[in-house]
Amino acid sequence: MSTPPPLSSTGFLRWAWRQLTSMKTALVLLFLLALASVPGSVLPQRGIDPIKVREWIADAPTWGPILDRFGFFDVYSSPWFSAVYLLLFLSLVGCVIPRVGVHYRAMRSTPPPAPRFLDRFAGTRELPLQGTPAEALDAARTALRSAHWRVVSGPVDQPTWVSAERGYLRETGNLVFHVSLLLVLVSIAFGGLFGWKGNVIVRQGASFSNTLTQYDAWGGGRFASAQSLPPFSFTLDEFTVDFERGVAQRGAPRAFEADVTYRASPEAPAQRAVIAVNEPLAVDGAKVFLVGHGYAPVVRITDRQGTVVFDDAVPFLPQDGNFTSTGVVKVPDASPQIGLQALFLPTAALDQTLGPHSTFPAPDDPALFMSAWKGDLGLDAGEPQSVYRLVTDKMTKIGLGQLRPGQTWTLPDGSGTVTLAGYTRWASFQIAQDPGKEIALLAVAIAIMGLTLSLFIRRRRVWVKITDRDGVTVVQLAGILRTSTVDDEDIGALADDLDLLERSLAAAGVVPEPASPEEES
Amino acid sequence: MSPESLARMSNVAIYSSMLTLTLAMFAFAASFAGQRRRPAAAPAVEAAAREGGAAVLTRAPVATDEVPGRRAANIGMALSWLSFFLLLAGVVLRGIWAGRAPWGNMYEFSITAALGILGVFLFTNLKVDLRWLGLFVVIPVLLTLGVAVTILYTEAAQLVPALKSYWLVIHVLAAIVCAGAFTMAAATAGLSLVRDRAERKAGKGGTVTGVVASRMPDAERLRSLTNRILAFAFPLWTFTVVAGAIWAENAWGRYWGWDPKETWAFITWVVYAAYLHARSTAGWRGNRASWIALAGWAAFLMNYFGVNFLASSLHSYAGIS
Ligand code: HEM
Repeated sequence: MSTPPPLSSTGFLRWAWRQLTSMKTALVLLFLLALASVPGSVLPQRGIDPIKVREWIADAPTWGPILDRFGFFDVYSSPWFSAVYLLLFLSLVGCVIPRVGVHYRAMRSTPPPAPRFLDRFAGTRELPLQGTPAEALDAARTALRSAHWRVVSGPVDQPTWVSAERGYLRETGNLVFHVSLLLVLVSIAFGGLFGWKGNVIVRQGASFSNTLTQYDAWGGGRFASAQSLPPFSFTLDEFTVDFERGVAQRGAPRAFEADVTYRASPEAPAQRAVIAVNEPLAVDGAKVFLVGHGYAPVVRITDRQGTVVFDDAVPFLPQDGNFTSTGVVKVPDASPQIGLQALFLPTAALDQTLGPHSTFPAPDDPALFMSAWKGDLGLDAGEPQSVYRLVTDKMTKIGLGQLRPGQTWTLPDGSGTVTLAGYTRWASFQIAQDPGKEIALLAVAIAIMGLTLSLFIRRRRVWVKITDRDGVTVVQLAGILRTSTVDDEDIGALADDLDLLERSLAAAGVVPEPASPEEES
Repeated sequence: MSPESLARMSNVAIYSSMLTLTLAMFAFAASFAGQRRRPAAAPAVEAAAREGGAAVLTRAPVATDEVPGRRAANIGMALSWLSFFLLLAGVVLRGIWAGRAPWGNMYEFSITAALGILGVFLFTNLKVDLRWLGLFVVIPVLLTLGVAVTILYTEAAQLVPALKSYWLVIHVLAAIVCAGAFTMAAATAGLSLVRDRAERKAGKGGTVTGVVASRMPDAERLRSLTNRILAFAFPLWTFTVVAGAIWAENAWGRYWGWDPKETWAFITWVVYAAYLHARSTAGWRGNRASWIALAGWAAFLMNYFGVNFLASSLHSYAGIS
């Protein structure tokens, strides 16, 4: 990056490309990538916790919107983060593609001839020749070939040197590694475009079929659509859950699993399966993961005449680790319409400061606390309403009540009764299809293999040369490491290569026996 | 055997291990005090030759057995081995007590990580003489154990369902070996910086002075060692991250979600990739590369301690509140 950019436009482009594909740029871009990843681990992210993001921005009215504007709450899809990794991969392509060509040619060619003088190489050995030059070179060729070196000798008419190289797999491994990284990125992008995922809450005993309308939330890539959903369905037969009752980590979940009956398609036979954490159900290319669970109190409501106007299990959303759960019951069929805002507590407790809350996640002492409302639920306004929120703008409060299972509360204004018939459980599932993940995994596996070759194989070259030294014919041995980094271990390994070569030559009787290692040390 | 006595035995083993390790620390410190200055050894490789890719072709001399202070260092090594086996027993007993792989909370991760660091050091020492490094490995191990038994201690409990997976065993095992290797590499990288400064102060051919620097191998040799360790650890860390992704896919239905734990694993990976590139870039392979190795370790520590305490993460299984 030291030379200034030339002024002509093609010259500038060529200059820019060279800068971009230089090793130093790669290094800087790697740093930038690490740095750019940091804010996403400190600030809440929309993709993970949108509610927290909203709270954060509300709490920081000056900084929040500014940070939001620059994508700090969607770091990993922000333009600047994408720019860094796209530049890095562009640099990678520009760096790797030419090297593939160079390496391909190197793999097919023989090592270059030995340099004219070996003396200038550090550690060159000189051994008196015993026998003829041809014998020595033959012995060297045989020894090197049997140790899997690529060998060439010359000149053609009267050979005086042998040149050998090995460790080509280092560069092969390195290129395979870098190309696999590209493949990983491509398969992630592919999965992003064609994959989809959705979330759904299913009550115990209820069924789910894989169509868009059944999901509580669904998101897909640009090329995923309702048609790409495989037509499976399942029924949640039973949901079991178990909590820690000991002192340590009391209340932590210990096991939860869903027994389901599923059909891969409407015509397929029914099959049974258990879905648990770490044990998703794979069906027709999609996977069904168990991600959460909660309670659904069964509420029965009658109107003034005693007619049952509502009788259903209503999923409540857990608010804390002890499953203090909130939920809403809407009865549009009563007149006036009735709405309940309620808390379901699996193990109920009342407290001056905390109010009604649950003290243990299992249903040891369940209770329903609620406020009842009458009036207009606002369902006809045409605006979509959350099933977990009661819009009380056009309603008046009737009163507060609490129920244990089996109990009935007569509404104080005589407009009807509310009964807690019991409760059941629900499980929430994430259902996802990511067609890129198998390729990504394969690419990563290849990358690791390539990386290992690249880091542990040493590319090196050795020469054997017959030359004249003050009237005496000698055999010279020398070598170099052909790697961009050289550490003591590499040097030691090359020294070992020369030791081995020297010993082979000695065994063939063309040079004297080397001193034994014991004497050396 | 009753669970209580298993628990007690595990704790006793870990406390004994800390005790022997403390003694080992004193022994290593004593070996420092007693050790005479290393002769300003002719560097195994001329720097110029190194840059050009050619080198003096002899194995670098490592043995310095005649130097006084060896005896204390040897005692330190023996105590470290004893401490390693005690710690191993502590971890295994903990696993038997809990009836599962002993990696369910931060306390258990930490004692196993300490075991990992010590193990990587001791087993590497079987191949390369690393006695001079002892003090700088024993101290972080002791600190890890100290934090574990004081702040992080938790009674054994069963695992939350997300942690019940054999991928957990594979993932954590690999991560623990990486913890050991990264810590050792940080020690050698840090020492190379100290030594490098002293060497430059001494000038060409001068005598290196300084309590620590004078007792270390050459800076170049320290850098080589760092490189070796990280060349081993980087592919393993890549594997660790991938194993974690497979586990996440099985548990949560996505293999990558930029959860803080995942993010810092990625940052660690990128920084060490930068280290490997720096080692092949002219002008970067010296002290700058050593600094990057230290930055990688900082990212790793951030992932290990910082994320568990500071961030709310799906991976929050610290087991402490
Ligand atoms: C996505 C980002 C990248 C990652 C994660 C990455 C990772 C690595 C790793 C781990 C190595 C060590 C293997 C070895 O030393 O042989 C390496 C080596 C290498 N990388 Fe990259 N790399 C990336 C991008 C690039 C780019 C953009 C270039 C081109 C400028 C590049 C050029 C090289 C070269 C030439 C080597 C070989 C060094 C040697 O011969 O020792 N890499 N890379």
